[in-house]
Amino acid sequence: MPLQPPSPRIKMESRELTLRYGTKVAINKVSLAIPERQVMALIGPSGCGKSTFLRALNRMNDLIPSSNHTGTILLDGMSIHERSVDVVDLRRRVGMVFQKSNPFPKSIFENVAYGLRVGGMKNRGELAGRVERSLRNAALWDEVKDRLEDSALGLSGGQQQRLCIARAMAVEPEVLLMDEPASALDPIATAKIEELIHELKSTYTIVIVTHNMQQAARVSDQTAFFYMGELVECGRTEQIFTNPRERRTEDYVTGKFG
Amino acid sequence: MKHATRRAVGATFSSLTGLAAILIIVMLAVILLDVLQGGVGHVTWQFLTEPPSDGMMGGGIFPALYGTAALTLLMTLAVMPVGVFTAVYLHEYAPPDSRMARWVRVAVVNLAGVPSIVFGLFGLGFFIHFIGGGLDRALGYQELHWAQPGLLWASLTLAVLTLPVVIVSTEEALRAVPLDHRTASLALGATQSQTLMRVVLPGALPGILTGAVLAVSRGAGEVAPILFTGAAYFLPDLPSSLNSQFMHLGYHTYVLATQSPDVEATRPLLYATVLVLLLLTFALNLVAVIIRTRTRRKAANAY
Repeated sequence: MPLQPPSPRIKMESRELTLRYGTKVAINKVSLAIPERQVMALIGPSGCGKSTFLRALNRMNDLIPSSNHTGTILLDGMSIHERSVDVVDLRRRVGMVFQKSNPFPKSIFENVAYGLRVGGMKNRGELAGRVERSLRNAALWDEVKDRLEDSALGLSGGQQQRLCIARAMAVEPEVLLMDEPASALDPIATAKIEELIHELKSTYTIVIVTHNMQQAARVSDQTAFFYMGELVECGRTEQIFTNPRERRTEDYVTGKFG
Repeated sequence: MKHATRRAVGATFSSLTGLAAILIIVMLAVILLDVLQGGVGHVTWQFLTEPPSDGMMGGGIFPALYGTAALTLLMTLAVMPVGVFTAVYLHEYAPPDSRMARWVRVAVVNLAGVPSIVFGLFGLGFFIHFIGGGLDRALGYQELHWAQPGLLWASLTLAVLTLPVVIVSTEEALRAVPLDHRTASLALGATQSQTLMRVVLPGALPGILTGAVLAVSRGAGEVAPILFTGAAYFLPDLPSSLNSQFMHLGYHTYVLATQSPDVEATRPLLYATVLVLLLLTFALNLVAVIIRTRTRRKAANAY
């Protein structure tokens, strides 16, 4: 028997997940395993359900009153919809970065410290340490270290998005969900974010939604292709882009539609 | 219709609407000019700091200024918590299809349409007779103590009157807080109440303050609600407790205009009193406008 590389542990997993807004089915019976400390890209045309799937992973869809689901999502083998699971704890373990950077109208420091403060951290020194570490991890520290008390709204678009990544990382989540984190940024800022994702995967499990095929190919280890609310195909990124099993995947990644 | 007639109709119509618009400016200008002309010479430091004398035909308006200030301050203390809490419930906690929220909104709209004299009667019946009377019985007062017109009841009556202003402007302010900020906060593991306290309310604060100032300027000028609930014709002393009666700029104007034995002698006092009242409400409105424009500019810079 040929020697197999040890398969990575599964961090999150959806089983037969169906999600509806009212009666409209947004995603249909999606079963997907997300390996630990890798980057998984979710691709597919607009409205295919990839963002909905992403938002299901930390139950942000709960905020939409008409949404309902069947099936399960497991985090470390435990259902995130379990009665014993507090959604606040879940979101501390599964952080999120949004498409449009959304810093609070507060200082740079307070933005990064926000998640820690709501979690009950009060010690100024401890806060300062975590803020610095998060900003360093987000490759933003050198640009902002002299103006931590300035408003975050004075930062450029790319800096704001890296600030949001730092803010999400400050609470030390295990999984980081990114919803088209670079779609509103210029190529240089995008390159910085991608570089950052590359470094972060040694610590975090990352799921990223992207419209940009090259980006998916550059940053991810695994790629899942969604189409019309269904998971068409999932596999190693290399395989999805060079040798997809499904015709629809091939058509999409080669730009025939989408 | 002929071309010429059509043109004539068009011209008539546009000049009519223009005229109506100009009329507004003219009215305000006439009021201001008249009041300024008649009053500006009499608004002196003495006028502002002395009580009326010589059977209301001399002296100043200090007790009325003091009473108005105390009244509006108490009113603000009463109306802000209730108004802000109601708006927060309506906008943050009530489910979108809540029947309760719908009824509250209907009540708010209708409350805003109730004539102010009705509020005065309501205050007399509810606050003074019902609550005040109940308090007197419960506390064992032999003579009237709480069951009489006074500062507290008048300010509570005004608070009910200005409640819709506060609720509507607070809800407006809450609506203006970007959804992005709420989702960001929740995604970082904040609870709904933490999000409210740390993100939503600070973001809405300027709008809430604008509402407070508007409520104050509305409340400061109202006379009808306090007629039966606490305003006094003439008091040499300042109100000393919550159940004291008080003098009031608006009511004082009414008294000067209708109750004077010598109209000529009172006229300058009347003008000066009206001028002070107008300046007070204009100044409060100006504060509201400044807060609002500054917030708008800040919000515009943010994006």
